[in-house]
Order: sequence, then structure tokens, then C-alpha cells
Amino acid sequence: MIEIDAITKRYDDITVVDTVSMIVEPRTVTVIVGTSGSGKTTLLRMINRLVEPSSGAIRLDGEDSRSIPGHELRRRIGYAIQGHGLFPHRTVAQNIATVPNLLEWPKARVDAKVEELLSLFQLDPKVFANRYPHELSGGQQQRVGVARALAAEPKVLLMDEPFGALDPIIRAKAQEDLLAIQKHFETTIVLVTHDMDEAFHLADKIAVMDKGRVLQYGPPPELVRHPANPFVQTLIGDMQRPFRLLAVSTVAGATEPGEAGGEPISEDLSLQEALAELMWSGRRAAPVISQTGEMVGRITLDALLKHAARPK
Amino acid sequence: MSIRIDKLGVVIGLIALYGMFAASFAVLKPNRILQGQAKSMLESLPGASGWGLLLLLLFIILIALIRVPAWSRLVGAVAALAALVFAIGFAAGALTPPGNSYARVSPAAGFWVLVFAFALLAADAITRLQPPPWMRLLFLGVFALLVWGIFASDLWAGLSIMKEYAGRSEVFWSEAGKHVTLAIGSLLSACLVGLPLGIFCHRVPSIRATVLNTLNLIQTIPSIALFGILIGPLAWIATNIPGAAAMGIRGIGTAPAFVALFLYSLLPIVANTVVGLAGVPREANDAARGIGMTDRQRLIQVELPLAMPVILTGIRIVLVQNIGLATIAALIGGGGFGVFVFQGIGQTAMDLVLLGAVPTVALAFASAVILDALIQMSSAVPQRATSA
Ligand SMILES: Nc1ncnc2c1ncn2[C@@H]1O[C@H](COP(=O)(O)OP(=O)(O)OP(=O)(O)O)[C@@H](O)[C@H]1O
Ligand SMILES: [Mg+2]
Repeated sequence: MIEIDAITKRYDDITVVDTVSMIVEPRTVTVIVGTSGSGKTTLLRMINRLVEPSSGAIRLDGEDSRSIPGHELRRRIGYAIQGHGLFPHRTVAQNIATVPNLLEWPKARVDAKVEELLSLFQLDPKVFANRYPHELSGGQQQRVGVARALAAEPKVLLMDEPFGALDPIIRAKAQEDLLAIQKHFETTIVLVTHDMDEAFHLADKIAVMDKGRVLQYGPPPELVRHPANPFVQTLIGDMQRPFRLLAVSTVAGATEPGEAGGEPISEDLSLQEALAELMWSGRRAAPVISQTGEMVGRITLDALLKHAARPK
Repeated sequence: MSIRIDKLGVVIGLIALYGMFAASFAVLKPNRILQGQAKSMLESLPGASGWGLLLLLLFIILIALIRVPAWSRLVGAVAALAALVFAIGFAAGALTPPGNSYARVSPAAGFWVLVFAFALLAADAITRLQPPPWMRLLFLGVFALLVWGIFASDLWAGLSIMKEYAGRSEVFWSEAGKHVTLAIGSLLSACLVGLPLGIFCHRVPSIRATVLNTLNLIQTIPSIALFGILIGPLAWIATNIPGAAAMGIRGIGTAPAFVALFLYSLLPIVANTVVGLAGVPREANDAARGIGMTDRQRLIQVELPLAMPVILTGIRIVLVQNIGLATIAALIGGGGFGVFVFQGIGQTAMDLVLLGAVPTVALAFASAVILDALIQMSSAVPQRATSA
């Protein structure tokens, strides 16, 4: 758990982060969104004390972050820097191995970890392990940067626009991988992004920042249903609201008893995906199957529309 | 297939033709001090040998003129230089009247012009070949071996410079030792002080300007003046601090020369360290901190490796500069090759001057080649050979 308690950062007279308080639950993904210059990076960097707060406190699992030396704190917290920040004089493998080496892992374990991460991020170790960062594409560099942040299996992972340079296909894949890794290692992730689709896809909770303040902090559906102010509403996008609502719920929650014809839909798809499938196949209903393949009921267009409607 | 003319080759050809036909090849002097008679290439080399050399050089000039692969230019240049080395030794034997032990033969302007022209050709060919660092070191090694071969054989025994050497070979090597100790010793101590000082200046920006300006000021003091300035304080140390005199510290001699070279060395080392560290990408530093490196780990694992080529460039400047400046140390009894230079000037014996100057230049050249190779090898981000 990360408790951020009235944290403030001032540079001279300018307040960059203004008395922000929020609690990040363990094993969740918190996404920070906001306009450029709103203080997202600064807030993130105060969590691992790359930036020392002007006032306020941050506690990790109840322990004040100032109670241990900054560099030790940072070894426990993974950090994928905005851009990629790879060391130009080290190979891809050496870059990824940096933190495990600082923690003095045995060599065999380091090598295995590097190989595992490279494969996970679709970078063939045989091809990429011994390349230098300048011999990679921007998207490959970014993936190596994320892999480096994950190398020591940190319990907390801070990511600053980690997928900005990826094409849509690799980006979707990287997002799935990140969620899988997060479930597997039970990592607590705080991630900054400009992409609202990405935010809604990944987040358990979203924090909206503007001018150094957190305007709203809550689960994605809450932001859609009850935006705290016009800024949040604009950021989510007026036209996007019904689709965002559909995007954050799964078919399982809208399944009703009954039968329907045609290709079945898996119950772990999002409602948005179910709607797309119904519209595309020209059906008003479709059968729903569980992950194990049993028929569990059906999903109808009416049910979907009801889920997408403004709350009364 | 048309023959294409190489522009640099034309320049080299003109220089070489001047050296061959317009300048004298060797000088014959009645003794080591008097003015001598200039001899052309054909006069210096009896019979067919003169014509042989002439034709060989003309042929190699032809190679230089047209565009042929770089390696054949290199072979040509090396062949020309080797021929010249042999020829001047041979000329010495041929020109010296039999039984006359006073007469001296020295290379004249034409010889030096030719050496310059073909060295230029060799350097150009090597640049075009882009040999990897280890190969350049290999070239240097072969070159050193050849020079040693000349010394070991009697090839140049008749030349005046070797007669000067023969008379003082022991002194020569002890002065050579002093020269190298002076140049490299002051460099090492400057590194010992300059690197930490440079790192400190990088970390504490407020003192940077003061330190660099002070070092800049020292750099502008002429060397002779600096020796003079140092005599007072060092003499005082020698008389007032127990043990200092026993360590060899005196107002004149090696100590002030060493201190002066050390002071001159500081600026390039400190300045290049500061510039090198400032050039480390901000993201790399940021990532190093973000990942949990301590300041020390960051310095050793990230900043210094990335700054190393620039720092080594500073060290290269210092080494070459020190090897040259160490010559002046002889003025205040500091020893080194300068001893021969100043003795030679005093006695108007130009060959003695050369005995000091030639090894100094060779030493500076060799250290420049070695450090250039090191710089390239140390470049933290390896430049993979890109096929042209
Ligand atoms: N070291 C610093 N000194 C002074 N001002 C700073 C410093 N670092 C950041 N700022 C200012 O703080 C504000 C917030 O910066 P921050 O990097 O947190 O923004 P951000 O929300 O991450 O923006 P972006 O989305 O463009 O990355 C900006 O106005 C920036 O100019
Ligand atoms: Mg930012």
C-alpha cells in the first residue's frame, strides 16, 4: 500500500504538486492522467524520492519512505522512466541486469531473468541480448526500459508513459503482458499516461491531475458516471462516455438466462467488445459461454444499451 | 577504364619532385661544426644506386598520382621510406673520404622533404584504410622495430647524427629515461589530482569557474617564466622542510621542471573531465538514480565510462604537450632530450640538436598514436563496423 499524505512540491515560488493525498491499494493498477505539465511525473518521482517533497509524507506499507536511504528505496521500486533512459554503453542484456546486479543476484539467476523478460516482451534474446540501445527502434528501446524496471521483481512499479512509442498492436500486447505480470507478481503499479483508452483499459483507479492538484481519484466507472467537474468530463470525452462504461465491465455481469443463435461470446470479454460483435454480425442477442466453454446464458443488445446509459 | 588523378597525390608528387631535383640530398662537412658542401641525390649515391633510387621514387610518385587502392599506396610509401633510410646510410659511407674521421655527412633539406612527402602518403593511405585500433598499434610496433633495427645494424653508422650518438650513447639513454619520467610522471600526478578535481567541479558547479580560470591563468605563463617563479618557493622548501632536499627537491633541476609540467597538465585534464561528465545524457543519469544506484556507483558505472573518450583526449593532449615541453627542462638542469638540443645550439653542432629533437618528435608521435587507439577502444558505445 502506498499512502500519499498531503504531498507538495514547490520549485521556488511555483507549486508543481499541490497537497495531493491518495491511497494506492496493494496489487492494483493506478493510472495518473492529466494535461502536460500538470505534475504527473513530479508526483511519481516523489514516490521513489527522485524528487524530495517540499512537505507531506509518503508511506509504503506503513513505513515512512524517508526512513531508509533513497538509493535503497529505489532498488525496491521499479521505475520505467519517461523516454527510456537506457544506458547507451551497455547492451540490452546488461541494461536489464542492472538492478539484479546491484542487488548481487547470482549470475545464473540474472541470466535466466534477462532471457525470460526479453522473451516476454517479444524480443528474441538471441537477436537482441547483445545489441546496444542505439541499435534498437524506439519501441524496442521502450520495451527494454520496462523490462529493466521489472527485472528485480519489485513489489511496486512506477511507469512514466511506458508505451508512448509503441504501435497499436504491440501496445495492446504490451498492456496485456503488463496486466499478466501484475497479476502474477502481485505488483502494485502506478502508471502515467496521456492515452485515455489505455487508462480505462489498465486502471483499477484513475487519478486526474490538473495544475498540480488531483481533481478526482476513483474507479473508472465512477469517473464516467460522476465526473467531479467539467475538466474531468472533457478529459474523458463527452462522446466517449457510453463506450467507456461498456469498456470497464465484462460480459459476465450483463448475462441473462435464455438462448440465442450464432457464434457464442466469451463471458470475460468487455461489454464494448460484445457490442461490437453483435453490431458486426447483425444480431440482437448472442449466447454466452464461460471460460471453460459451458453455455451460461445470453447477452442482448437491450442489456448492453442499458449498461451504457447515463445513471439516473 | 579511365585513369583518375588523385588530388593529394599531385601535391605529394610536387613536394617529392622538389625534394629530388631542387634540393640537396646530403651535406658533407669537413668537421662537425663547419659549413658543408651540399650534394644532390646523384652526387651522393655513386653509380647505379643514385639512378635506382631516382627511378624507384618516380615510380612511387606515379602510384600516388593515380587512384589505386589504398593498400598499394601504403606499400609504395613504405617502400619509398625504406629506400630513403637505406640510401642516406649508404650515401654517408660513400661521401666520407676514406680514413677521414673528422668529416661528417648529414641528411640535407631534400632528404627531409622526401621523408615528409612519403610519410604524408603513408598517413593518408592509413587513414583511408581505416584500420582498427589494434592494427594501428601493430603498425607502430613494426615501425619501432624497424627503427631499432637501424640502431642495431651499422646502416647509419656513417651519418653524423649516429656519430654524435656513438660518443654519448650512455648519456643518451639516461637522458631519454629522464625525459620519459618527467613527461609521464607529471602526467600521472596531474591525473591523480586533475580527475578528482574535475569530478568535484562537475558536482559543485559554483567552484567550476574559479578552478578553470585559475588553471587557465597558469597555462598562459610562459614556461621559462614559470621555472623562474618556481625557483624561489622550491628553494625555500628545500632549505626549510626537513627531508625535502633529500628527496631531490631544489630550486633548479628536476623538481621545478616536474612541478611546471604538472601545472600545465592540470587544465586539459580538469577541463576535459568537466566537459566529458557534462556530456553524459541526462536520461542516463536520471535512470541510474531512478534504478537505485548510489552517487558513487553512478559515477563509476555510468558517468566515467561515458565520459572516458573525452577525458582520454585531454590526457592525449597533455602527454604530447609534456613530451615537447620536457625539452625545456634542460635549461634549468632538469635533464631530458633538451640537454642535447641546448648543447648542440651552444656548440653550433646541428647534428647534436637533431639527436635531441628527433627522438622527442618520435616519442610524441608514438604516444599520440597509442592514445588515439586507446580512445577509440575505450569509446563506451562500440561503433560496429558499418560496411560501406
Ligand atoms: N526541476 C524543476 N525545476 C523547476 N520546475 C520544474 C522542475 N521539474 C518540473 N518542473 C515544472 O513542474 C511542472 C510539472 O512537471 P512534470 O514533469 O511533473 O509534468 P508532467 O505532468 O509529467 O508533464 P508531461 O505530461 O509533459 O510529462 C512543469 O511545469 C515543469 O516545468
Ligand atoms: Mg511527465
